[in-house]
Amino acid sequence: MKFALLINTGPYQHQAADTAYQFARAALAEGHTIRRIFFYQDGVYNASRLSVPPQDDRHIVRRWSALAAEHRIELLLCSASALRRGILDKEGARVNAIDTDNLAPGFRLAGLAQLIDAGIEADRLLSFAD
Amino acid sequence: MSTKKRIMIVNHRPPHGTLHAWESLDLTLTAAAFEQEVSVVFMGDGVFQLLADQDTSQINIKNFAPAYRTFRDYDIRHVYVEKEALARRGLSSDDLLIDVNLVDTGALCRLMTEQDIILHF
Repeated sequence: MKFALLINTGPYQHQAADTAYQFARAALAEGHTIRRIFFYQDGVYNASRLSVPPQDDRHIVRRWSALAAEHRIELLLCSASALRRGILDKEGARVNAIDTDNLAPGFRLAGLAQLIDAGIEADRLLSFAD
Repeated sequence: MSTKKRIMIVNHRPPHGTLHAWESLDLTLTAAAFEQEVSVVFMGDGVFQLLADQDTSQINIKNFAPAYRTFRDYDIRHVYVEKEALARRGLSSDDLLIDVNLVDTGALCRLMTEQDIILHF
């Protein structure tokens, strides 16, 4: 089955990002396909490469990057959600004259249309939210 | 994919206090631009999102409620409001800024079972 995932909550505060990750791992291990994971609302905080959890805790952001690289999954953020919350790609930093970008590897800013598109294209769109 | 998908966006939170209502609205208008069957539900405290005459000037937050009037321009015809939720809050459809379909909770549940995609905010 082709799944698309939507994550609407930030890492650590809510368990949804963990549940989504564990679902993704389990589904891929069973031979299902995931082409796109979309991050909306506070979900965009999953993409900050400036996240520094304690050493004995899981690194949620790096975990996403590794998953995407292994399985060639698109990690897309709603750009409006991301920009207002301070998640910037290189272009966003440049245009707004901010001294750094902070998008972790594998993540990319996109539009909400790409979320709807993912929902149409996939057999199931699963939403992980509070 | 040639067949249309039924996409339902469910709002159950008040318009302010969180960004959920606003970001849900953004998503709803985006979904409407695709040639799919989009419906929108306002239930629980979500019915407050549609109140007419909202004034947000004292909280310094943009009043995005007028954008619900664009539902018609976007051809979003299926706007469902939970009847019990309105009544429980002492409201009626006269208090809302757009025309809606009033449905009871049971009918809402049945509508939900007919969807391909449900996103809730």
